[in-house]
Amino acid sequence: MNKNQRFILKTLFSSLIRRRSRIAIALLGVAIGATVLLGMVTLCYDIPRQMGQEFRSYGANLLLMPANNQSTMPMTEVKKAVDLLPSDKVLGVTPFRYDSIRSNQQPYTIVGTQFDQVSKTSPYWKIEGELPKNPNEIMIGTDIAQFAKLSIGSTMPISGKSKENSRFDEELTITGIVKTGRAEDNFIFIDLNDLETLLEERNQAEVVEISIMATQDELQRYIQTIKEHSNTVEPHLIKWVTQSEASVLGKLSSLLYLVTLVVLILTMICVATTMMTVVMERRKEIGLKKAIGATNKSIAKEFLAEGLILGIIGGVIGVICGLIFAQVISANVFGRSIVVEFYLIPTTIVISAVVTIIACLIPVKRALEVEPALVLRGE
Amino acid sequence: MNMLEVNNVSKIYGSLHALSEVNLTVEEGKWLSIMGPSGSGKTTLMNIIGCMDKPSLGSVILDGQDITQLSLPQLTEIRRDKIGLIFQQFHLVSYLTALENVMVAQYYHSMVDEKEALLALERVGLAARAKHLPRQLSGGEQQRVCIARALINYPKLILADEPTGNLDESNEAMVMNLLHQLHAEGSTIIVVTHSPEVSKHAQTTVVLEHGKVASIINN
Repeated sequence: MNKNQRFILKTLFSSLIRRRSRIAIALLGVAIGATVLLGMVTLCYDIPRQMGQEFRSYGANLLLMPANNQSTMPMTEVKKAVDLLPSDKVLGVTPFRYDSIRSNQQPYTIVGTQFDQVSKTSPYWKIEGELPKNPNEIMIGTDIAQFAKLSIGSTMPISGKSKENSRFDEELTITGIVKTGRAEDNFIFIDLNDLETLLEERNQAEVVEISIMATQDELQRYIQTIKEHSNTVEPHLIKWVTQSEASVLGKLSSLLYLVTLVVLILTMICVATTMMTVVMERRKEIGLKKAIGATNKSIAKEFLAEGLILGIIGGVIGVICGLIFAQVISANVFGRSIVVEFYLIPTTIVISAVVTIIACLIPVKRALEVEPALVLRGE
Repeated sequence: MNMLEVNNVSKIYGSLHALSEVNLTVEEGKWLSIMGPSGSGKTTLMNIIGCMDKPSLGSVILDGQDITQLSLPQLTEIRRDKIGLIFQQFHLVSYLTALENVMVAQYYHSMVDEKEALLALERVGLAARAKHLPRQLSGGEQQRVCIARALINYPKLILADEPTGNLDESNEAMVMNLLHQLHAEGSTIIVVTHSPEVSKHAQTTVVLEHGKVASIINN
């Protein structure tokens, strides 16, 4: 850096420091813009993560079913498929096995499952009473309870045929009644192992529901991976969950980006107005500099450099406030901390600087229109 | 050799003739005063001589160069290299110290040199006030900073617009004394003033009235 560059840098900082009351307004504008920019963009990035966890309360988003028109699939193959998924993102894996039984001459569907997983993949199930914990305990759907006039604690006789064609008769105790508003309301739920004992068949599942933290695109990739590695298991998206999730997140992100854009425009107007006032206030100074030999290029460079410094300082202040802003919103709305994308920090500072420079263009044009003769008019 | 030749210069704004066929010549090393009442065309003439405006008609030869033929960037170059300006309102940059105000002229001319700028302030008796801001200086001191800034790049022509207009008597004497020193060292000086007292310091006084040269007085 030569003497002239050091000198002009010093005078630029002198200008900013000694006119701090005026500069503070422009700085505030840039800082608010940067705060909202970083805060909103951080939320835009973080909300899908946060909302992803919220959406998981709406149930599983991935299904595994037997391939090649088979009625069941071995659990060993299911485990292999699940192992292809990122374990830290898998919230729950619930196998289901369906069969028909009779109770008091009425046909019913009995579903074997793992109750410790059901609450993870289907957290929306409303369960009255408790989940079965012991052999010969069952949970029934609310429609069955109403139809057969059954309640928690009462017993239900069931009979059916195993896969080996032998007959079974059992007396099962009801520990809970489930209400989902869907087909589950007409099912009898029993532990998968107990059902397999009755059916005399081990380690088979008809459907496996998986709840996994992932976007629609990531889910598509996981499906592709499973398809490439397994011939016995066929993965499917649960579309009503993933599509509504993507749709809500898309709209939310669009809204946040729109708000950010509006704030950036407002910032630009604020900075442009302040810089315009600064130029008007400094007309004599500009006239003097031109009178003593400053070229339009050097005047423009000085004002743009001032804008650049303003943009960088405002950007740094905005980054600090923006992270606090995003953290406060995330903590209050989602009850969780934000995950900061660190590359957004320099990006915000660069955008602040660029926006400030763009906002300075019209004021600079005005500055260049100032005539040097102004200083001789004794105004 | 003539430092300045103003030949049949007119400046016309619509129907207003701010200057009409003005002719004057200033030899190198001479001191000229331009006098006249308000509206006589003093400032218009000063703007033209100072390369900040162009005449509607006529020519102006400054240091052998016809400045009426030059583009705006070329005029900026002439102002930077050949002219030192002294203003009635001083026009110091408010957020820069006295020293930095002098260095600003060096910055636009070539390369800043703090020692040389300090010497210029010393010459006008303000070395001790180098780090002061304009608001911390009196009117006379501000005008002396303005003079230091005008002479820092060794201009061939010093143009002073009412240099004592805002000063008391003692400061006026101090400023005129400085101009005498510069003149003694060979600088060509043109002072625009409405004060007969100030104009008496010049070797020649040109009196303007209604945009025309009314008289030329050799003092």
